[in-house]
Amino acid sequence: MKLEQNRIYIKDIQFGDVTAVNNGILTVNKEEMINFLKEDPKVKDVKLDIARPGEKTRIIPVKDVIEPRVKISGGKGFSGVTQTTTQLGDGIVNILYGAAIVTVGDIVGFQEGVVDMWGEGAKYTPFSKTFNLVVDIEPAEGLEPHMHETTVRMAGLKAAEFVGEAGRDAKIDETLTYDIGNIDEETKKYPNLPKVLYVEMLISQGLLHDGYIYGVNSQLILPTLLHPNEEIDGAVISGNCVAACDKITTYQHQNNSAILDLYAEHGKTINFIGVIITPELTTLQGKFRSCDYTAKLCKTLGANGVIVSEEGYGNPDSDLLMICKRLETAGIKTVLITDECSGWDGASQPLADTTPEAVAVVSGGNVSHVVTMGPADKVIGNDKAIATLSGGWEGCLEADGSLKCELNAVIGATSEIGFHYCTAREY
Amino acid sequence: MYKILYYVNQFFGQIGGEDKAGIEPEFHQKSIGPAMGFGVQVKGQAEVIGTLICGDNYFNENREAALEYIMNVIKEQKPDMVVAGPAFNAGRYGMACAGVTVAVQEQLGLPVLTGMYEENPGVDACKTKVYVVKTGNSAAAMKDALPVMGKLALKLLKGEEIGKPAEEGYLPQGRRLTVIADERGSKRAVDMLVARLYDKPFETELPMPVFDRVTPAAAIKDLSKATIALVTTGGIVPHGNPDRIQSASAQKWGKYDVSKIDELKGDYYTIHGGYDPVYANEKPDRVAPLDLLKEYEKEGVIGKVFEYFYTTTGTGTAVGNSIKFGTEIGKELKEAGVDGVILTST
Repeated sequence: MKLEQNRIYIKDIQFGDVTAVNNGILTVNKEEMINFLKEDPKVKDVKLDIARPGEKTRIIPVKDVIEPRVKISGGKGFSGVTQTTTQLGDGIVNILYGAAIVTVGDIVGFQEGVVDMWGEGAKYTPFSKTFNLVVDIEPAEGLEPHMHETTVRMAGLKAAEFVGEAGRDAKIDETLTYDIGNIDEETKKYPNLPKVLYVEMLISQGLLHDGYIYGVNSQLILPTLLHPNEEIDGAVISGNCVAACDKITTYQHQNNSAILDLYAEHGKTINFIGVIITPELTTLQGKFRSCDYTAKLCKTLGANGVIVSEEGYGNPDSDLLMICKRLETAGIKTVLITDECSGWDGASQPLADTTPEAVAVVSGGNVSHVVTMGPADKVIGNDKAIATLSGGWEGCLEADGSLKCELNAVIGATSEIGFHYCTAREY
Repeated sequence: MYKILYYVNQFFGQIGGEDKAGIEPEFHQKSIGPAMGFGVQVKGQAEVIGTLICGDNYFNENREAALEYIMNVIKEQKPDMVVAGPAFNAGRYGMACAGVTVAVQEQLGLPVLTGMYEENPGVDACKTKVYVVKTGNSAAAMKDALPVMGKLALKLLKGEEIGKPAEEGYLPQGRRLTVIADERGSKRAVDMLVARLYDKPFETELPMPVFDRVTPAAAIKDLSKATIALVTTGGIVPHGNPDRIQSASAQKWGKYDVSKIDELKGDYYTIHGGYDPVYANEKPDRVAPLDLLKEYEKEGVIGKVFEYFYTTTGTGTAVGNSIKFGTEIGKELKEAGVDGVILTST
């Protein structure tokens, strides 16, 4: 598959008469965008706001982050979700690089988070560096929780497509080409390079705990093989799942750093042959099925090395280590990416499971690491939500507006696809 | 100029060997033994204002009395820091250094420092709380230990950031702290994988934890006479969450009187952040089956359902907190004569 990503560098977002990009400034017609999103009768109201890097702005409770893009050729948008189903991974896509859509609104569950655009909090979230168009979605009254989540998820994706359209005819600043042929071709080109697969585990447990592949809920799949281009072209989206710190937002799927960093080594030190999406199920039989099947795919495809990333913590730690055990036993060298739950003091055992085969593990940091983030000049959303979010507690919003909370509540802080920079070290 | 008070045993205090191990603590307003060598290391920035000496046997056999004397001296002398040892591999001396440094830090909030050989039993008594400089196993290592202790002491006095154990020379404290790395996680993972594939050295960022194993209790012989308690980590709490239990990474547990109700449905809901709550909120008994236990009680299958239901959130909750909660809840249940527990997760 060959995918050309055209980047249009975005240096600011402003509201204006038209939704367009000029000289790196993205203007958005507020009224048109709100009316477009309100076409869904389940959306009662929408508010739009802008948060820029360095501004003393706090966004909370954040559900998802999405990169605005428009597909020029080779399939359409979020295939199987907002658009009819088409094959993704080939063709040309224009990207408003540096911009992001951030969805907030009435809390659906405890797994939503905070993004600070400045100061201490900004260090812990990758989305302090993007120009964020914040979409505050008020759903129609009486929606049951699953429908509420679906409504805000779809509104966020549609918002990203609406804004992404502005990139269709904009001036392109940079083009990146992602081109990997079929396994036979690549192995002929690089006969001596070890074959590497990336296994991406997705939480698959119900409300606020699902991922979607071409619109299919990951709960319903057997582990499945993707070409790396498919995911970075929008085939995988977030169901707004898990604690904010290690949920894989849609933006992180579109820019999956594990895929991109493996791509960078393709043809140099490795032969990157594909991505396996694996559901993290809650039943023991489900875990055995997923883990056996994942290992079988890796063996069948002749992988020499595998990177496995987790989503969430707790019971999925078992899936992560079960996959590792199976792969290492089959002689496949395995590196895991996870995060840790070692308590406020960092003194507790960091994982919920253990296996001696897990000898190469990257840590995204301790989800219970407590940070204090100063008072914001502007809060987009509702900072009182922190009291009930994972990682917050009653009283953690202090009288002066500063926020003391665990990284649990900070979007993307301990990313287990390795999207961010945190790690844990023993002291 | 910072003021440091020094603690040593009878041997390093130049009073005598094993025959003097029973001496009571005493205080001298000068540097004695290692305090002198230590003073050289911090010269110009800090000075040792006095030396406390106590027999190792006396300290370990009369801990309270010894600490009372020592703490009083420290309160009178008002040092900025207390340094003890190094104790090398001397076990009783190590326990005394641990006892003094932990007490001073906890009760007076002063910075403290000691030094020991890693197998000294005193290490386990204090390393998670105070800095213990890693030393050789005998006094021959004094000349290597004191410069490391002096450097670390000055950093602690100035409140400077303390680096990694290997860099600063102290024994790992078993605390995993979150820091910002130079490369993003995925790049570090790819580099680690490439190193493995080419048989080059690599270092895991997370050594696998070692788990406790719990031996199951003996079976209950006659269930029809047994009192059974219901305990859950599924975050089921009364509406409004009166005790404000966290939705993840719980810092506390709650207990609620269920003696007058036949099911949790209606009065309870879940605040757990780790699963789809919709079905638990419809009927919380799906997570914590009070309804079935009450039926069993009526049918005489079990003797009695214990009057209180215990609950917390399991997701992201540190094992340290779980051990604390389990110990506290277990103690209450044991004292109340409960014979068995149904413990549910999610």
